[in-house]
Amino acid sequence: MAERIYLFKRFERFWHWSQAALVLALLVTGFEVHGSYSLLGFGQAASIHTTAAWLLVGLWIFAIFWHFTTGEWRQYIPSFDQLGAVIRHYSYGIFLGRPHPYRVVPERKHNPLQRLAYLGLKLAINPLIWASGIAYLFYAQWRDLAPAWLGLQEVAIAHTLGAFMMLVFLIAHVYLTTTGHTPLAHIKAMITGYEETH
Amino acid sequence: MIKNPSRAGGCLARHALLACLLLVALNATAQTPATSDAAPARTEVKESTAEHGKFSQLKKPFKTGEEVTEACLSCHTEAAKQVMATRHWTWDYVNPSTGQRLGKKTMLNSFCIADRSNEAFCNACHVGYGWKDDRFDFSSERNVDCLACHNTGQYAKIPGLAGHPAYQRMEYPPGSGKFVEAVDLPKVARLVGKTSRATCGACHFYGGGGDGVKHGDLDSSLKQPDRKLDVHMGVDGGNFTCATCHKTESHRIAGSRIAPTASDPHRAILRGEKTDRNPASCQACHGDQPHKPGPSAGLLGSLTLGDRLNTHTRTLACQTCHIPAFARGGVPTKMFWDWSTAGTLDADGKPFQKKDEHGHVIFDSKKGDFRLGENVEPDYVWFDGRVDYTLKSDRIDPARIVRINTFHGDAGEPDARIWPVKRFRGKQPYDLEHLTLLVPHTATPDDTALWFNYDWDRALAAGTAAAGQPFSGRFGFVETEMLWPITHMVAPGEQALGCAECHSRDGRLKAVSGVYLPGRDHHLLLDRAGFGLAGLALLGVLGHGTLRIFTRRQRKEHGNG
Ligand code: HEM
Repeated sequence: MAERIYLFKRFERFWHWSQAALVLALLVTGFEVHGSYSLLGFGQAASIHTTAAWLLVGLWIFAIFWHFTTGEWRQYIPSFDQLGAVIRHYSYGIFLGRPHPYRVVPERKHNPLQRLAYLGLKLAINPLIWASGIAYLFYAQWRDLAPAWLGLQEVAIAHTLGAFMMLVFLIAHVYLTTTGHTPLAHIKAMITGYEETH
Repeated sequence: MIKNPSRAGGCLARHALLACLLLVALNATAQTPATSDAAPARTEVKESTAEHGKFSQLKKPFKTGEEVTEACLSCHTEAAKQVMATRHWTWDYVNPSTGQRLGKKTMLNSFCIADRSNEAFCNACHVGYGWKDDRFDFSSERNVDCLACHNTGQYAKIPGLAGHPAYQRMEYPPGSGKFVEAVDLPKVARLVGKTSRATCGACHFYGGGGDGVKHGDLDSSLKQPDRKLDVHMGVDGGNFTCATCHKTESHRIAGSRIAPTASDPHRAILRGEKTDRNPASCQACHGDQPHKPGPSAGLLGSLTLGDRLNTHTRTLACQTCHIPAFARGGVPTKMFWDWSTAGTLDADGKPFQKKDEHGHVIFDSKKGDFRLGENVEPDYVWFDGRVDYTLKSDRIDPARIVRINTFHGDAGEPDARIWPVKRFRGKQPYDLEHLTLLVPHTATPDDTALWFNYDWDRALAAGTAAAGQPFSGRFGFVETEMLWPITHMVAPGEQALGCAECHSRDGRLKAVSGVYLPGRDHHLLLDRAGFGLAGLALLGVLGHGTLRIFTRRQRKEHGNG
């Protein structure tokens, strides 16, 4: 019989979905600014990108604050216990219909692979995008102080690298949400807050 | 706004506020803004304090331009001295930044090439009377032509008459069967006034031998332009004259094409401010942060469009976005001029012309082949205001396109901006032995001029002799290029270029290097790796998903079986 645990609090769910929408908007507009296609027109894309970027920065600041005041940041401390088992599950066990080896509880709601992936997102991809994005925005203000090797091109390359990493993360992330005991189980959990386990 | 105060008062007294407002609105729409001051019954007041038509000095039966000048100078005692100190008079200029001796007297271009030996023709656009050869007296005040700039109509200096108007009815151009009437000097003298688009334009619109030929952003369509063509000069816009921007003091006119102001990163000049800045720059009035900033004004990193556009002023000349195309007024400009076919005659040995479908001449036995352009998208180059010229004494490399002028400036330099230019190409004569560009004798009727004899050998011998240039007698034609900064025909703001005109892979700034331009530039390797990785990730998850579905089906079948 199904067991329900309350995994995602109201703020987390709000944070997750608004972040998802913003990141999607940033990807779409960002790669238009990058010149990969034209959809909204460069000017429109750049202006939406800038606005969404500031909203995302605001959201991140809230989220960081929330993680530290609630102690939830501990959820992302890497743990290698059972890491091998989780990897074996995704590369093998899942095809045999075996249950997920990791048992989710509210205090440890991410499996070791998730912990690593989200930590990487938070410590590598996000800061890279954030720092390079802000440098991009304020280029006019610092260009005259910059050393010769650092110009808009370098900033743009760093930012685009971050964007590609985000894109790859997103693809994997979206796919992995379908690997619950039913394809929509994880997604429902992020909507209602309740995860149904076996 | 309210024309008649008593009517407005009565209207208020009756508390008919609505009707009153309506009246005011009607009044407002009935008037043009220029006359909407509060003055009751206005009598016509002249702008000038002097009505030249009333001066006895000007009520004389003038026979020549010089006589008119003497009359002007009898009151304006210093005027001629002032004019004589300017390039309009000397046609001579030493570029302070390069030391090159320039000015029309000395320089070459790739249009009619040079004025030497052709003075009587070309120097119709000199502000003087009588410059037909070396013997012109530059020190005689009566040789100054006041009327060239200060007439209010019906005054024209005829090419061929060395700066004089037609004193008698004459056939012009010679042999054309068309006639110009004699100028009515007494009348023109009584009607003198300030300079206008028409007076400046009489020469500056026709440079290079015809309407719009040379600049591309200056042609006769600017005499009465609408604001769509030129927001400042438009009769329904600012209705500026040339001198509104090219602010003139003591006949010294601000602005120069030989030593232009390529960047002016300062706020607007205040009225009365003592400054060395060029009053004809855009920034002189608009400042260098002309777009409306957002409330954040840079705090949020150019969040608003205005802030974002203002940061562009560090890289772009205003003209780059605000002049989307030149030759927009219906007058084509020459984009290419091949002198090498000049002298070609028809089967009967007669000179001829060819015209395009619009009736514009594209070949003339006198001048060779032309290519014309209208609504031309400019080229864009980095430019810091320094220009140098290939002079008639300079050696050229005929294997390459000879640059008649070179615009200097590199990306990132504080003074350099990306500027719109007209890139004019052509072919013109050069000396095969001395490797110099050659001055031909073209325009004044005699037995050596190209346009009357169609013989290059004689034309070049005469032209080079007059220009004091060595000539080996052996000549060829070399490809040349000349740049013209585009700065007039500023369009209304709503017609300024949109972002994607430049921020795209194939945009207008495609050929401009030295800047990272978002939307145009990308790191090829990073893009390949990034999109490659994303593609692999997508394939990976699709494969994984397919395998999941497949294995689950199999398990079900096995379970059922
Ligand atoms: C998920 C988040 C984001 C993604 C996927 C993303 C993606 C991109 C991409 C691909 C570009 C084009 C780069 C180029 O070709 O030069 C771009 C441009 C830019 N991004 Fe982001 N970005 C994100 C977040 C941010 C943030 C947080 C900021 C600032 C705080 C930011 C500021 C900018 C700026 C200023 C540009 C240049 C656009 C312009 O010219 O107006 N981005 N972004």
